[in-house]
Amino acid sequence: MSTNKRTNPLIIAVLSLFSLACLIPFWLVLTVSIADEKEVLKHGYSFWPQKFSFVAYQYLMQDAEKILRAYGVSIFVTVVGVVVSLFVTSAMAFAMSRQDFPLRGALSFYILITMLFSGGLLPWYLVYTRFLHVQDTLLALIIPGLIGGFNVIIMRTFFTTSIPPSLIDSAQIDGASEYRTYFSIILPLSLPVMATIGLFITVSYWNDWFTSLVFIQNEKLFSLQYLLNKTLMNASFLQSIANKAYSSTAQVTQPLESIRMAMAMIAIGPLVLVFPFLQKYFVKGLTVGAVKG
Amino acid sequence: MASVEVLEAKASITRSKTRKGKLWKYRSLIILALPGILLMFINNYLPMFGIFLAFKDLNYTDGIWASKWVGLNNFKFLFASNDAWVIIRHTIFYNVAFLIINTILAILLAILLNEVKNKFMSKFFQSTVILPNFISMVIVGYLVYGFLNPDLGFVNKFIMEPMGWEPVNWYAAPEHWPYILTIVNTWKNVGYAAVVYLAAIIGIDQEYYEAAVIDGASRWKQMTKITIPLIAPVIIILTLLAIGRIFNADFGLFYQATMASGMLKSTTDVIDTYVYNALMVTGDTGLASSAGLLQSVVGFVLILSVNLIVRKFSKENALF
Repeated sequence: MSTNKRTNPLIIAVLSLFSLACLIPFWLVLTVSIADEKEVLKHGYSFWPQKFSFVAYQYLMQDAEKILRAYGVSIFVTVVGVVVSLFVTSAMAFAMSRQDFPLRGALSFYILITMLFSGGLLPWYLVYTRFLHVQDTLLALIIPGLIGGFNVIIMRTFFTTSIPPSLIDSAQIDGASEYRTYFSIILPLSLPVMATIGLFITVSYWNDWFTSLVFIQNEKLFSLQYLLNKTLMNASFLQSIANKAYSSTAQVTQPLESIRMAMAMIAIGPLVLVFPFLQKYFVKGLTVGAVKG
Repeated sequence: MASVEVLEAKASITRSKTRKGKLWKYRSLIILALPGILLMFINNYLPMFGIFLAFKDLNYTDGIWASKWVGLNNFKFLFASNDAWVIIRHTIFYNVAFLIINTILAILLAILLNEVKNKFMSKFFQSTVILPNFISMVIVGYLVYGFLNPDLGFVNKFIMEPMGWEPVNWYAAPEHWPYILTIVNTWKNVGYAAVVYLAAIIGIDQEYYEAAVIDGASRWKQMTKITIPLIAPVIIILTLLAIGRIFNADFGLFYQATMASGMLKSTTDVIDTYVYNALMVTGDTGLASSAGLLQSVVGFVLILSVNLIVRKFSKENALF
């Protein structure tokens, strides 16, 4: 705002407090996961544990299968979902971005309706369970997130504003088909918008637990988020994880509290590590979405 | 020979003029759009056709089509139980509180972030304040539990106990949850909103501020007379959009942060959790479908009205 190069220290102080408030809950979960269980049970969840122990992580290592499987499910669903979704979204957006395409208006309206009105949870649930019969399959985790009207519109806007129509025309005069134009011209030119929207779709697939909550019973298909959800809300589920690990270690007491938080850390850790690198795109996506909203 | 070619050309022109011929010419584009169209049909349109279920007594043994029509009975049940008013009140109350607090704090935060001159620090602050937006609600549930676990949680052990207050069994004490949920929601969403406002502030022409500084305007004056008026369109649009969604609660927040505790229902049951419970827990499809339809219809009317208002303010920012 001013030409003054130094920032007011008061502002730095307030912002530091804000940042601290955002980070400190993660710190609490981390310290509980590495605190000595006896101390946790005696003194409660502390920001500064006196004694450390990694026994909770050892427990989880003993029975890593569940967590690894959940990681696998999450990674598979996210990768397949993002790749398919980007293709479907961009192909639809490409068609709609063409000025001469007679269905542009109709498709815009078609998308608009999906953004204005929803049938509600029950009909939606019945479509997937009674009509598509995909409950308890990975398809139930993938299909619902594949297309979003918002993303199509953002991409269409990108295509119409950043890709000159003359480029497409000249390609087609040279004999390129629409498919060829889409694959060899549009896709390579739209990497920035693909990265931004791709990141958003990635985050929404990775963070999704709701479709699992509604559609998945089979423990083998639990995604990471849903496994975490079960561990938090269902004490006997947590106990069962601990029991299985317990049978193969010599520990006397089960560090249930630490195990719970260690599970959360195992899930948060990788995400927090990649976050600083993705942050730029994430911010870009947030503002793009808002401006178009 | 030549006349044949001309005739053919004429024929192809008239063919492409008819709608069918025109669509045929664009078949490749239609094929490209088709997967998206189909997916939207399945995920959005089929459920819309399913709204008639709200007027049926759905039972799975007879099947969806053979289930009996019951007219408005489902709605009668919904409103007779008094549940409807409670969940509607909760949904609106929470959303209004979230909207007011988030908007004020986000603008404040955005203005502060804009004041940071050091690039590295600015990046750092931005990253940390949007980190909560990046993580799933399940993780938020864990974080809340870290503080509120009744036996070991930080709040009971390190705040209530040392202060000599009675520990609170948080997950069974509904009276505290309006505050807790508001704090959690702010924590999760204020950074996101701030970054959006920050983008708007960065877009403001620096010359306004330079002129103001020459005229001796204070920081406060610059903020109230330049920054806020110039980002007002963004504030208005975001607020109106939030009002359009006022009937839709954030299911994740109300489900995960409360750990779906039944004892908190008296203050935390919103339309979305109610519909979920009716469908997946108690299996009362009549309540689930009627409350769901109510939510959809009111939401639809709200968003149409909001769009009308937005159009009045600025046509380019209207949704449609």
